[in-house]
Amino acid sequence: MSKGHGPLADRPERPVVGLEVSHESADLHVTGAALYTQDLTGRTFGALHAWPVQAPHAHALVTSLRVQAADQVPGVVRVLTADDVPGLNDAGEKHDEPLFPREVMYYGHAVCWVLGETLEAARQGAARVEADYEPLPALITVHDAIAAGSYQGHQRTVGRGDAAAALEAAAHRFSGELEIGGQEHFYLETQAALALVDENGQIFVQSSTQHPSETQDIVAHVLGLPAHQVTVQCLRMGGGFGGKEFQPHGLAAIAALGATLTGRPVSLRLNRTQDITMTGKRHPFFATWEAGFDADRRLCALRATLTSNGGWSLDLSEPVLARALCHIDNAYWIPDVEVHGRIAKTNRASNTAFRGFGGPQGMIVIEDILGRCAPALGVEPHELRRRNFYSPGQATPYGQPVRHAERLEAIWSLCLDRSDFARRQAEVAAFNAAHPDTKRGLAITPVKFGISFNLTAFNQAGALVHVYKDGSVLINHGGTEMGQGLHTKMIQVAATALGVPMRAVRLAPTRTDKVPNTSATAASSGADLNGGAVKNACDQIRARLAAVAAGRLGVHADDVRFCDGVVTGLGAGDRHVAWPDLVRQAYHQRVQLWAAGFYRTAGLHWDAEAMQGEPFKYFAYGAAAAEVEVDGFTGAYRLRRADIVHDVGDSLSPLIDLGQIEGGFVQGVGWLTLEELLWDESDGPNRGRLNTQAASTYKIPSFSEMPPQFNVHLFERATESGVVYGSKAVGEPPLMEAFSVREALRQAVGAFGPAGWGVELGCPATPEAVYWAVEAARDADPQAGARRRGPVPAYAEA
Amino acid sequence: VVEPQLVVNGRTRELGEIGGHVTLLEWLRADGLTGCKEGCAEGECGACAVLVARPDGPDRACWVAINACLVPAAAFDQQEVVTAEGLGRPGQLHPVQREMADRGGSQCGYCTPGFICSMAAEYYRPGRRPAPAAGAALNGSGAADQERGPNGFDLHALSGNLCRCTGYRPIRDAAYALGQPEVADPLLARLAEPAPAAAATTTSDPQGRYVRPTDLAGALELLAVRPDARLVAGSTDWGVELNIRHARAALTIGIDRLEELREFTIGPDRIDLGAALSLSEIETRLAGRVPLLADLFPQFASRLIRNGATLGGNLGTASPIGDAPPVLLALDAWLVLASAEGEREVLLADYFTGYRQSIRRPDELIKTVRIPLPLAPVTAFHKIAKRRFDDISSVAVAYALTLEEGRVASIRIGLGGVAATPVRAMAAEEALKGRPWTRQTVAAAAGELARAGTPIGDHRASERYRIAMLRNSLLKFYAENPGGGRTS
Repeated sequence: MSKGHGPLADRPERPVVGLEVSHESADLHVTGAALYTQDLTGRTFGALHAWPVQAPHAHALVTSLRVQAADQVPGVVRVLTADDVPGLNDAGEKHDEPLFPREVMYYGHAVCWVLGETLEAARQGAARVEADYEPLPALITVHDAIAAGSYQGHQRTVGRGDAAAALEAAAHRFSGELEIGGQEHFYLETQAALALVDENGQIFVQSSTQHPSETQDIVAHVLGLPAHQVTVQCLRMGGGFGGKEFQPHGLAAIAALGATLTGRPVSLRLNRTQDITMTGKRHPFFATWEAGFDADRRLCALRATLTSNGGWSLDLSEPVLARALCHIDNAYWIPDVEVHGRIAKTNRASNTAFRGFGGPQGMIVIEDILGRCAPALGVEPHELRRRNFYSPGQATPYGQPVRHAERLEAIWSLCLDRSDFARRQAEVAAFNAAHPDTKRGLAITPVKFGISFNLTAFNQAGALVHVYKDGSVLINHGGTEMGQGLHTKMIQVAATALGVPMRAVRLAPTRTDKVPNTSATAASSGADLNGGAVKNACDQIRARLAAVAAGRLGVHADDVRFCDGVVTGLGAGDRHVAWPDLVRQAYHQRVQLWAAGFYRTAGLHWDAEAMQGEPFKYFAYGAAAAEVEVDGFTGAYRLRRADIVHDVGDSLSPLIDLGQIEGGFVQGVGWLTLEELLWDESDGPNRGRLNTQAASTYKIPSFSEMPPQFNVHLFERATESGVVYGSKAVGEPPLMEAFSVREALRQAVGAFGPAGWGVELGCPATPEAVYWAVEAARDADPQAGARRRGPVPAYAEA
Repeated sequence: VVEPQLVVNGRTRELGEIGGHVTLLEWLRADGLTGCKEGCAEGECGACAVLVARPDGPDRACWVAINACLVPAAAFDQQEVVTAEGLGRPGQLHPVQREMADRGGSQCGYCTPGFICSMAAEYYRPGRRPAPAAGAALNGSGAADQERGPNGFDLHALSGNLCRCTGYRPIRDAAYALGQPEVADPLLARLAEPAPAAAATTTSDPQGRYVRPTDLAGALELLAVRPDARLVAGSTDWGVELNIRHARAALTIGIDRLEELREFTIGPDRIDLGAALSLSEIETRLAGRVPLLADLFPQFASRLIRNGATLGGNLGTASPIGDAPPVLLALDAWLVLASAEGEREVLLADYFTGYRQSIRRPDELIKTVRIPLPLAPVTAFHKIAKRRFDDISSVAVAYALTLEEGRVASIRIGLGGVAATPVRAMAAEEALKGRPWTRQTVAAAAGELARAGTPIGDHRASERYRIAMLRNSLLKFYAENPGGGRTS
């Protein structure tokens, strides 16, 4: 167990953290007893249902809105329009996201909402609303926006050294472009809110939200109320993945507005079609780049421009872009760097947070560069990657020393070993030689991911811990549960800090009236931040109890030990006191048995304009090796095996962390290979309509995408000092281990072509995209391949 | 008259005054059983899965998992339904729930009750036995092994359930760790009794009426006077219309349990498949007897869908992207159409007339699908889609080939996804007939196949990819069967 890493990271004897336990709600999940926001509607007397009127234009002015016909529909109670808003008509915090728009900004934009006694009545009412539109020109793709010069928010540059000069001096120089697809969150539970108003006009909103405090803020400003009049609760979410970090707020505000105006509870749940057409997604990016390598095939320069498609409003596009810019280096030392970032403003739903938060879109650029250039450089891709790893002592382009850089090499070696990489490379080569129509590929890629919110202020958290007279413990904290196991970890943290068994600890749902001013449960930071706050609260209580126990045991308070519900003292011999007895005694001595905990991440600083500083507490590391098989007739492929070595520090909860790693990886595989968002880009009447707006057309991974052999290994002896019980964040980083699958596909496709052929691969690499890459490889001139020119525009190869 | 009612988790519940538009999912949730969830409302995600008792022959029942979001609740009059809440409760978990909870099979938990029901159906499946060769399941390269656990668990049972959190590995491990049900398990004991019979049902609400006639004659009489009625069997297509496009029908006629539509006969010169048998029933009862259908079934949507979907429905909608038509075209199947005026037989090749149109009159329904015997010895079904499990074809091609002394004695090629209707690839067939089965003739015929139909580009695939896939399909079929390949 970790010792000597400081009071936050060190673990006591027999800690509850580190035990392999199931999700705290597992029994409720499997029996259908777990309640989600919409499940409360049927348990709420007299709840009304809301249905949106969605505009059939990507960009248009609403010239008139006639709702009288809707009011005639039996069961329709009221139509909500902009005129009903008593406060600020804004679903965001940047005044660019009107809740009820006068100008339709994307296809499916809700212009008003109908409340009905039943969902069916509300739907029929919505169908009767008459809206007139004056269509306007619409920008759909990032290229539309670039051509029109349509941008929003900050444009930032991360730089170090002189990239232009370094490119001039490079021994090998390449350039290229990459289209990076977006990704629909496809949380199984769609967005939902249920609002009630009490006798004092106070609003209580049950919301499926990752950011209850911000939901509270926006409900309050829409209603024109102070924050203390709005309480937001989140029982749990049926998946979030970033999609419920910002997008739930306006929907909660609609429900709250309806409840305020009717005095009735109002339930708002988007069905799948509404959710997928109205809410934002992972930002698609378009990247252009120039990269230089020295004679030893080491990266010497990178110049790139990243343009994200932000959709119609800013939402979280600025911090997403910042993280992309801060991750374009991934695990690699690049001496001279100049990377520009900008956000296209288009007529699409406003793109938002999604697991990785721009990090994946930055990292894929350098991984794509290395994968494409390796054949031209005459180096095996895995060798090229390893050669360019950060070494201890080096810093990122934004000036942060790469703490624990040596773990990259250690994890990489372990992953090569555990995946039996060298032997399987030979097997793949033999298979490919024997099979003209089927090829396999094996690839390994690294991950380095910065942990903390880029915006320093968000790196704080609160908790409220109560110990009742019978010794039972109730904890509240500011984080939300979306399946990631945060609550399980927090129970383990509290049990460890108080030295009680897990069963003594219960966790209450996240509420803004228990812990105020919370940050979003996002950026993988939930356990780091809230764990710090929970531990802080528990430490306060334990210190007070230690004083009581010291007297009883005849030892110094510093020498009191709490473990598994029994309190002992160093040198106290067999004397001990049971936890409930100590608690009762403390109560009678009028000792405070509850505490508010607080945590702020130490050591962070960030200049958001200069893009310099130390925004991250530490980096999470990992590596994955993947093997695929591609059918040359169709481009269809199978993932045959994946091996992951991942650094979670000292795991707080190994079964939970394993689930995050496996689930993140498969979600990344979905983004990179399967999930394809397609909009109507024609000039027809449906321009801007999402054509993949259902589970039948937007395919997320199913059982057929699970690698039949799937081995995950937690990197050992990995204590992260300065983090709660020596652990590391795990939510996002494993998603990017899926790059190994895309690179394995590149290897397999390359095997259809001549030696040295550099493969360009679509993103997502759907079967069709892989097929065209196979065709290009097959059609490649073997001579061209031998000259290692390939499709990488090596216009200045030395 | 017995009021419409059903048994849910062992308790009898009145269905109430509902028409044909209230889905079983809506009804269960309104009844307080919120364990079953709506994730997509179109039978893709399985979060709504529940168990229903269905016949396993005349004397026994089996637990079948279906998508509750697609089916009218009224269709379950007198039926028995079990949800995740009925399998166990916290502190008293069902073995399936125990394995899922202990192995990290749930994260957010929203999809979990549906997974539990799909997994429970497979847990109780009669004939699920440990597979002798399954020890190598995880190391073997054969896909079949990877998709069947050492306990005989068929992973395809979960092909209609989506999880966005776990990456599926712990769910698979939970499924593969299941033992056999205890003898005293009440849900196992229930299977020793016959499944509930279909009940004649009439129920309505202001939006419409649901009628389940007692027999075919009753259905045809009703259809004769109400040709506007919506015929519903498994409701796997109609349910999507209801939920996504908000279609409403004044009259819905349930025909899925009509005995006359549930024929299953293997004769000397033909196989008769009742149009209202579920695809799963056909799959089980044929047991590989028609290899081309055995190829088709695992690729046809998901087990949850196949448990409801019927051949009659897949042909009745006349969708150009149904997966059964190309296969049935290759098998040279024909249909028996029935109306109050009598029956007629039509070749499937003559059945489709346009986009979602056929020669079936509004007063007719499909009674039987007939497949001539003997079967062609060499067959294959190629489905081009983004995802291997549970996706819709961008192109589907079915082959039935007979070689005699190295020459093509006969070949039928059925195509889906390349025209307004499913079609036969006549020009490609002509380019092969009578010719030697060689790379040269196949390459020439593949060129013809690439010109078949009028493929379009859409959100599933581009036009040029569809054309390339048509051509390559025949090349792949040849590569798989260079010397005539497997025989059935």
